[in-house]
Amino acid sequence: MPVSDPISVQKLIQNVEQADSSERLMMAIQALVSVRSEAGIPMLIRALGFNNPGAAAVAVQGLVQMGAVAVQPLLELLDDYNYGARAWAIRALVAIADPRALDVLLTAAAADFAPSVRRAATKGLGMLQWHLLSDDDAIVAQGRVLETLFVIAEEPDWSLRYAATVGLEALGRAANPDLLTQILTRLQQMAETESDLAVQARIRRAITVLTNPTIAQEPRSISLSQSLTR
Amino acid sequence: MLEQPSTHSPEASSPGAEPLTAEQAIANLTHADLSLRYYAAWWLGKYRVKDAAAVEGLITALEDESDRTELGGYPLRRNAARALGKLEDQRAVPGLVRCLACEDFYVREAAAQSLGMLGDPVCIPDLLSLLAGGVEGAHPIPGRPHLAQPYEAVMEALGMLAPQTEWTSEAIEQIQPFLQHPTERVRYSATRAMYQLTGESAYGDRLIQALSASDINLRRVALSDLGAVGYLPAAEAIFNAAAENSFKLFSLKGVLERQVIPSDSSLSPDAVRVMELMDKLL
Repeated sequence: MPVSDPISVQKLIQNVEQADSSERLMMAIQALVSVRSEAGIPMLIRALGFNNPGAAAVAVQGLVQMGAVAVQPLLELLDDYNYGARAWAIRALVAIADPRALDVLLTAAAADFAPSVRRAATKGLGMLQWHLLSDDDAIVAQGRVLETLFVIAEEPDWSLRYAATVGLEALGRAANPDLLTQILTRLQQMAETESDLAVQARIRRAITVLTNPTIAQEPRSISLSQSLTR
Repeated sequence: MLEQPSTHSPEASSPGAEPLTAEQAIANLTHADLSLRYYAAWWLGKYRVKDAAAVEGLITALEDESDRTELGGYPLRRNAARALGKLEDQRAVPGLVRCLACEDFYVREAAAQSLGMLGDPVCIPDLLSLLAGGVEGAHPIPGRPHLAQPYEAVMEALGMLAPQTEWTSEAIEQIQPFLQHPTERVRYSATRAMYQLTGESAYGDRLIQALSASDINLRRVALSDLGAVGYLPAAEAIFNAAAENSFKLFSLKGVLERQVIPSDSSLSPDAVRVMELMDKLL
């Protein structure tokens, strides 16, 4: 991680605050992102609420690069009033995949206002970094995720059922045999009743992947540039 | 003031915004309160109420004379025509064909869209007749935000209905000149239909180029067109387009569905590739 002295980081933060055009704002955020300083995290989170998608995308990228240290500030500063900022913050938490975001992601997946945020959170729930939890905690957390994904798998919106399938596949890869059996049983039921062709195809794919351990077992990385645009 | 089509749900502003049952909605199609009729027609389509009574009530509403706008539009007919496209009942076809001659542009547009969705090729000659004036006739109507005819809806319907019929070559002949129309959206609709009619990749590739349009709304239209025709070579370009993930996801859904055979449980490598792109857009 690049080392930078506190004074220059303060200057970079000021530059973001004082940027008077969209272009300067983008450049200032980019500069702040590039020093990867913890002190810059609150400013990057504030930038999520500037109602500037380009700036927000860069800020999210920076927060995701910071990883674990950004999680607690993101959870604490999660803006309940600025809807747009909240959606970006949830995307950052999805990409970081830290289980401390579990409650926030469960709520977002189950009940967020925007389908795009629900889809992101639904997929993200299956891809959390379970190894950061103790074995016992991981089992409890995975059980909660399973329950939520099973509910989302019955949404009228096809895209949520699709996302739930992707989440279930990811959870199944990380799950113990017991949980995997539950997931596969459920996916088989879904395959029998699903009327949407695309979701049907995704369910079949999930079943294939989970019953053939040789297929696509490498963890899938989330493509940053893609997961961050809305 | 210009007369705008009501493509948005009337829920928020309608006095009939309380929850309905199918029976109430069907009954409301002839309610004394015209706004309740209008809302009921929208509601029956939205919730895909396929009861015979709903379909028959909506077909009757296509002839409504009571609900008129200041400019002479027929709001109830518009909603009834839109709803009938979603109810998969071919009995609506003759009434919708008559709507293609309605003086209200938005009734004609809704009828063309719904005829495309219902899939009955019997209406093709009537759709073709709306293109009869050619590009020369396809000019804006003074004081209105639309052209003389709903060309986009008509060509899109023809793209769905006319391939492999006795009208294919006539459809190609009538649509081809619209590839030169001054309005991008009309050109895209023509391109999309030409792809469906000819299967030539040159038309699919033109739609891929449209993904680089400078206007975000045009990029969204191109995404929707590529999804509608399910053009597989566009998959990566769709994924990389500068537009919201939700538009790209819906577009790739259309591409995926062309790669999946419902009765066959195996998935082609192309289908898997498209799904991997879709997963990343969630």
